[in-house]
Amino acid sequence: MDIANYLYLSAALFTIGAVGVIVRRNAIVVFMCVELMLNAANLAFVTFSRLNGNLDGQVASFFTMVVAACEVVVGLAIIVTIFRSRRSASVDDASLLKR
Amino acid sequence: MLNLALQLGQTKTPEAVLFWILAPLAVLAGIGMLFAKKAVHSALLLAWIMITLAFFYIAQDALFLGIVQIVVYTGAVMMLFLFILMLIGVDSSDSLTETIKGQRATSITAAIGFGGLLISLIGRATVGHTALGLAEYNVKGNVQSLAEALFTKYVWAFEVVSALLITAALGAMVLAHSQKIKSRTLQRDLSAARFRGPSLSTAAGLPSSGVYARHNAVDVPALLPDGTPAPTSISATLKARGDMLDSKIFELEVKEVEED
Amino acid sequence: MKANNYLVYLIALPLFSAALLLLLGRIADKWGHLLATLVSASTFAIGAYEFFAMRSRSGVDRAITQHVIQWISVGTLKVDGALLLDQLSICFVLLITGVGTLIHIYSISYMEHDENRRRFFAYLNLFIAAMLLLVLADSYLSLYVGWEGVGLASYLLIGFWNQRPAYATAAKKAFVANRVGDVGLSLAIIIAFTQFGTVSFAGVKAGAPHASSAALTAIGAMLLLAAAGKSAQFPLQSWLGDAMAGPTPVSALIHAATMVTAGVYLITRSNFIFDASSTARLLVVIVGAITLLFGAIIGTAKDDIKKALAASTMSQIGYMILATGLGPIGYAFAILHLLTHGFFKAGMFLGAGSVMHGMDDEVNMRRYGGLAKFMPITAITFGFGYLAILGIPPFAGFYSKDKIIETAFNAGGNKGWILGGAALLGAAITAFYMTRVVVLTFIGAKRWDSMAHPHESPLLMWLPMAILAIGSVTSGFLLSSGSALVHWLQPIVNAGNVEGGKELMKPLTVSLLALGVVVIGAGAAIIKYRTVASEAPSNISIFTKAARKDLYQDSFNEAVLMRPGQGLTDTLVKTDHNLIDGAVRGVGWTLNTISSAARSIQNGYVRSYALIMVLGTLALVATVWLVTL
Repeated sequence: MDIANYLYLSAALFTIGAVGVIVRRNAIVVFMCVELMLNAANLAFVTFSRLNGNLDGQVASFFTMVVAACEVVVGLAIIVTIFRSRRSASVDDASLLKR
Repeated sequence: MLNLALQLGQTKTPEAVLFWILAPLAVLAGIGMLFAKKAVHSALLLAWIMITLAFFYIAQDALFLGIVQIVVYTGAVMMLFLFILMLIGVDSSDSLTETIKGQRATSITAAIGFGGLLISLIGRATVGHTALGLAEYNVKGNVQSLAEALFTKYVWAFEVVSALLITAALGAMVLAHSQKIKSRTLQRDLSAARFRGPSLSTAAGLPSSGVYARHNAVDVPALLPDGTPAPTSISATLKARGDMLDSKIFELEVKEVEED
Repeated sequence: MKANNYLVYLIALPLFSAALLLLLGRIADKWGHLLATLVSASTFAIGAYEFFAMRSRSGVDRAITQHVIQWISVGTLKVDGALLLDQLSICFVLLITGVGTLIHIYSISYMEHDENRRRFFAYLNLFIAAMLLLVLADSYLSLYVGWEGVGLASYLLIGFWNQRPAYATAAKKAFVANRVGDVGLSLAIIIAFTQFGTVSFAGVKAGAPHASSAALTAIGAMLLLAAAGKSAQFPLQSWLGDAMAGPTPVSALIHAATMVTAGVYLITRSNFIFDASSTARLLVVIVGAITLLFGAIIGTAKDDIKKALAASTMSQIGYMILATGLGPIGYAFAILHLLTHGFFKAGMFLGAGSVMHGMDDEVNMRRYGGLAKFMPITAITFGFGYLAILGIPPFAGFYSKDKIIETAFNAGGNKGWILGGAALLGAAITAFYMTRVVVLTFIGAKRWDSMAHPHESPLLMWLPMAILAIGSVTSGFLLSSGSALVHWLQPIVNAGNVEGGKELMKPLTVSLLALGVVVIGAGAAIIKYRTVASEAPSNISIFTKAARKDLYQDSFNEAVLMRPGQGLTDTLVKTDHNLIDGAVRGVGWTLNTISSAARSIQNGYVRSYALIMVLGTLALVATVWLVTL
């Protein structure tokens, strides 16, 4: 099997995640789609590590996971705060940026 | 040639089987995420994708990452997601109709273009590129080798990332902390508020569930003096879930007493 | 040329007094007029002292200068703030301070019931200071300061009752007309500086013989324009009639005796320029001749006593301007007529003020009649002035006006006949309209209504009138006996050099001729105005109509200057609105439109921003794809 298949899968998942971020309105789902994109990137890292024959890709992947964890923690805290004040988790409701 | 083919078949075929079974499922799950009306379903599909990826990590000589993927990601992060979902209403299902004009068409077009370009690029970059493999690095074991890289070559990045993690934890605490801006409502205040309200009908307090009904379970509404059920006696959560019973069936049969 | 310390006080005292009265405000209401009158009297005392001091000197020592400050020192232009008192200046100093003081005294009573009397006196003192600076200046630039100063004082005093819009407009009109003349003066100064490198009188006089005739003619013409603006000469004469909006003492002081004669002073002072340019002289006599007839004709049709006198002033200054254009001897006669005119015209204006005072500020002569009985002193003093302006011997006008007519005839050739004829005709018309004024006002049946109670004015008012009347009688004889003034002014204007030129007519012939036409004019007026309606007749000839309308000077100005100016301004406004503002607004509109379009991108939806990010990434990937192709 061609190892590049893993990269194709990674690209597909990344694209799906990106579409989810754009299309879905529920903030939590949007976040999960971001996680999906990060995971797709991780898969690409791991595959590159194997392709190039060194561990740097896996280390990068490890760091990505840590950053993803941070992002989830802060992002969910923001969602909770917004939900508390607006009783809604829709990203369209928080559209005060235009004013 | 034959030798090479054999080698390929021996080492790669199980991986190919694994890939060709799990990869389509992962893509399907991803697409399912986009169409799931309930966030919980999306979360479960994501968890499935993550586990799939963990399999792939292990198959690609990244044992440590595979385990971390399952334990930290699927176990901790996804549970955090579910926890928040529970917090803000697990039942709420989203409407999938688009409200921003042109958003969906543009995004799908962009996504197809993006994916196509990416796949084309990957194909161009990896054609005729053979994998070097990680056999020599994993001689001491994947975990040991990764630990060596992390704590020697990448120790600075490691330290910075740990600082980031701590900061994020603190930040989340600050964000999620809600300041109390008014004093707690005491029973005395509630009592005063009942009497100061527009009507005195609830001055004596709302009825408890099951009053005058023959059943005092929390999902049975109380009966008002005229025999009609009082929805105010039931918790709002139960009402929203549709778990309210009709109290008629618990009504006491009243026999007409003849006046002498 | 010893430095003299008193000259600067002539200007400083009234200036300081004016500033004090204006700055102190109501505090000075009680004693402001007294201070101003005292200051004016003290300037007259200084002037008299200087006059006798000058008399005691002789020859070139008579003129004195006082260096006050070094005013301007820029490159080659050096102007000293210096004062020059010579035989010409002292005449004006005495006239200004003398008549000025009399009018201060008169005003104390005349303005008694005006709550702004202090302000009035402050302006009067300001005028005295500016006028003295004008005549004491030793350079054109210093003169220009005084020139503008009297313009300002005139503006402030004409518009003194500026609560009446018509009066405020009259003040503005005088100001604007004067500005036109001032352009001429500033141009003359500029040309003088480029030609001679100096603006002092002495420097220009020294340089004049060497300058080109074109430059001298240009300077002369510009000075004439300045004189026309200040002295209400054709074609800038239209403001003087309206200037009668000011209080009557102002009309007497500024618009009869002193300020309006500043043009005559300017031309006389610049005699070295006019002597060197016959073209400029010709322009001067033309302007003078036109104005003296113009003013006289307007004077015949005015029912407003002050406006009739104003027209007369215009006409008499025309005589003076005519005289200044007639060469060296003419300057002396111009100054002579200026001085005698200062007496009798100021006296008549004060008389008119006295009549108005007694008639509740009525100015229409058709509502007077027979006032001689009720205000005899006014009638007598006015009568002296009347006889003086007519030129009846031995009154002052006889000595000065006949000399001018005589000099005009002596100009030689056709020019002499035309100018002399014009002057003689002017004298006839003068006799006509002045007789008309006197007959309408003091003689005949009474035409005022029962509300009026004519009465004689108080002592403070008739005393100055009496003094001026004495001047009207005696000044002509005193100044011209033995050609006193001519000899006095001889160092300034070189008058003696041409004395004894060829004479067209003997003085006696001219005097008899003049007396003849005066009698004809006066007789015609007496016959015509023995009886008169109290309302002005409306079935009048077009000549009368034109004269009543100041010979259409205002209409002319309006049609030729104002309307095209308005049209130009309108066009400019439209251009500004459509072209310039349009361009500016267009830029704004374009930006606005673009911004509105761009704003729809900023809809506040996170998902839209995410989509744009994705599109950006797509562009990046596409670039990579193309580059690595």
